[in-house]
Amino acid sequence: MESRLTRWLLGIWTFLVLLFLFVPVAIIVVYAFNSSNIQSWPIPGLSLKWFGSTWHNQEVRTALWLSIKAALLATTLSVLLGSAAALAVHRFRFFGRDAVSFIVVLPIALPGVITGIALNSFFGFWHFGLSYWTIVIGHTTFCIVIVYNNVIARLRRIPGSLRDASMDLGADGFATFRRITLPMLSTALLSGALLAFALSLDEVIVTTFTAGAQNTLPLWIFGAIRLGQRLPEVNVVVTVVMLATVIPVILAYRLMNQTAADSGK
Amino acid sequence: MNPAAAMRSDSAPATGEPIVSLRGVARRYGDTLAVDTLDLDIARGEFFTLLGPSGSGKTTTLRMIAGFERPSEGMVQIDGKDVTRVPPYERDLNTIFQDYALFPHMTVAENLAYGLEAKRVPRGEIPGRVSDALDMVQLTDFGHRNPAQLSGGQRQRVALARAIVNRPAVLLLDEPLGALDLKLRQEMQRELKRIQAEVNITFIYVTHDQEEALTMSDRIAVFNAGRVEQVGSAAALYDRPASEFVARFLGSSNFIERDGRRLMIRPEKIRLAAGECLDGPDWHGEPARLTDAEFVGMYTRYGLELRDGQRLIAHEQNLPGFGLGVDVRPGSQVALAWHKNSVCYFDKMDAV
Repeated sequence: MESRLTRWLLGIWTFLVLLFLFVPVAIIVVYAFNSSNIQSWPIPGLSLKWFGSTWHNQEVRTALWLSIKAALLATTLSVLLGSAAALAVHRFRFFGRDAVSFIVVLPIALPGVITGIALNSFFGFWHFGLSYWTIVIGHTTFCIVIVYNNVIARLRRIPGSLRDASMDLGADGFATFRRITLPMLSTALLSGALLAFALSLDEVIVTTFTAGAQNTLPLWIFGAIRLGQRLPEVNVVVTVVMLATVIPVILAYRLMNQTAADSGK
Repeated sequence: MNPAAAMRSDSAPATGEPIVSLRGVARRYGDTLAVDTLDLDIARGEFFTLLGPSGSGKTTTLRMIAGFERPSEGMVQIDGKDVTRVPPYERDLNTIFQDYALFPHMTVAENLAYGLEAKRVPRGEIPGRVSDALDMVQLTDFGHRNPAQLSGGQRQRVALARAIVNRPAVLLLDEPLGALDLKLRQEMQRELKRIQAEVNITFIYVTHDQEEALTMSDRIAVFNAGRVEQVGSAAALYDRPASEFVARFLGSSNFIERDGRRLMIRPEKIRLAAGECLDGPDWHGEPARLTDAEFVGMYTRYGLELRDGQRLIAHEQNLPGFGLGVDVRPGSQVALAWHKNSVCYFDKMDAV
């Protein structure tokens, strides 16, 4: 009796939590198809016209292109630096190893405001003008963490005997890396890159402090909402960005689970 | 030297130049001594076993031969050449790992080809050698499978095939049968012996299982706390243990105090009779009281108490006209005897 009641209550509670999380998102998606430019409930009718006007909006296009460029470069840098750091920390025992692995992970724990302000004053101090490059550097700081965590978790699951076996069979250190370590890291690298890309694409706080006059897509949205302008187009952009981030995240999640099942054998 | 003498020799390798030699090899990790100054010669074609409890230094010794560990002191020689500073990928030997270490992202055939490719064997030769090796371990049609699709015994065979496909001079085996169940293990023991005879490769085998060591090896080195206690054939180690540790580690043994020394006698070398003391020119006999008897099937295990209160265990085969028979009950007086060559004496300070 009681357990059935508990189960019911838990079910209702879970449902309410999900509603709380996703109703705002759903409303934005519905508004994106609003035929009116006034946001009122219920919407008077469905229309795709805001998609057309958003597509032709030059500001949105510029911002989107900047966001993608920044995300691509930040992801590439993070994959290189994050996996290098993970390999070094995993493979070698050196002085300050634990400190390095802590410092690499720190940016994800640090509030974005602090990272943002720190970078901003750092660039200011060196008279380094805010630009595309400063955005990329800002994003790389936290994207590295994602790649690093992903890669080090995988490295810890690869048995040391595989390296030994490869060397034993006649492959030197480089050949072992190329033919054993790297293939076994590939899915971890890919899922790390997808997550890093998604994270970079919708970042607002650090970007606020590291972007100059230019707008990334999230910054454009933020600006438009603050000024209360072009709200229908904001809804469209949000809908599209959401899909663009959810897809890589789902892919990354599936990749991680799939290989966890494989190596669980 | 006549062959029989060579076979019985306690520490010298059986024939010719040793294929693997350790000269004063030691390995330290910080303050702990994993392997204490060690000299070993392993003969070409030999089945040589490093036997000992866990942490006795046998695996570290194997890893130094393979090249995964560098000795803190001393020299490792393979085929007469000093390889102490040579990396594993340039040594003419291969290893079967305890967890098999098959590459999970490659098929069985790719696993086997890996070493051939690394050693730059001509492309055209590789498929033939891979399928020969698969035939040898009776996995002819398994080339396209993934290691994850194989059973434990099959993975073991793939690991074996991958190690011998390179035709190394020496094969190192690190507790390769540890993960298999008893029946499969015995099957693989015979298989390993067969393959060793077929390919004529020196096997260096690490195990903590004394029975496995006794049945498979030409010679055995018994490790204890980083040192080799004794090197010799199974029979030599069993019948003439050099230390109390070896006597206790291999088979079962009785220890009693005699004339201020420790006397060791194997339970199956004690003969029992119901009445008179068995005695003869080379036999030692004395009375004892039977404390208990357990029927084990192949033999019966008797507990005995000597006149001075010391206790012994004796195993008697259950043959007609042999042993004590069913009439003798615990509490009765019996006579025991052993041949003078069946006992070993140890100094008291040798006690483990």
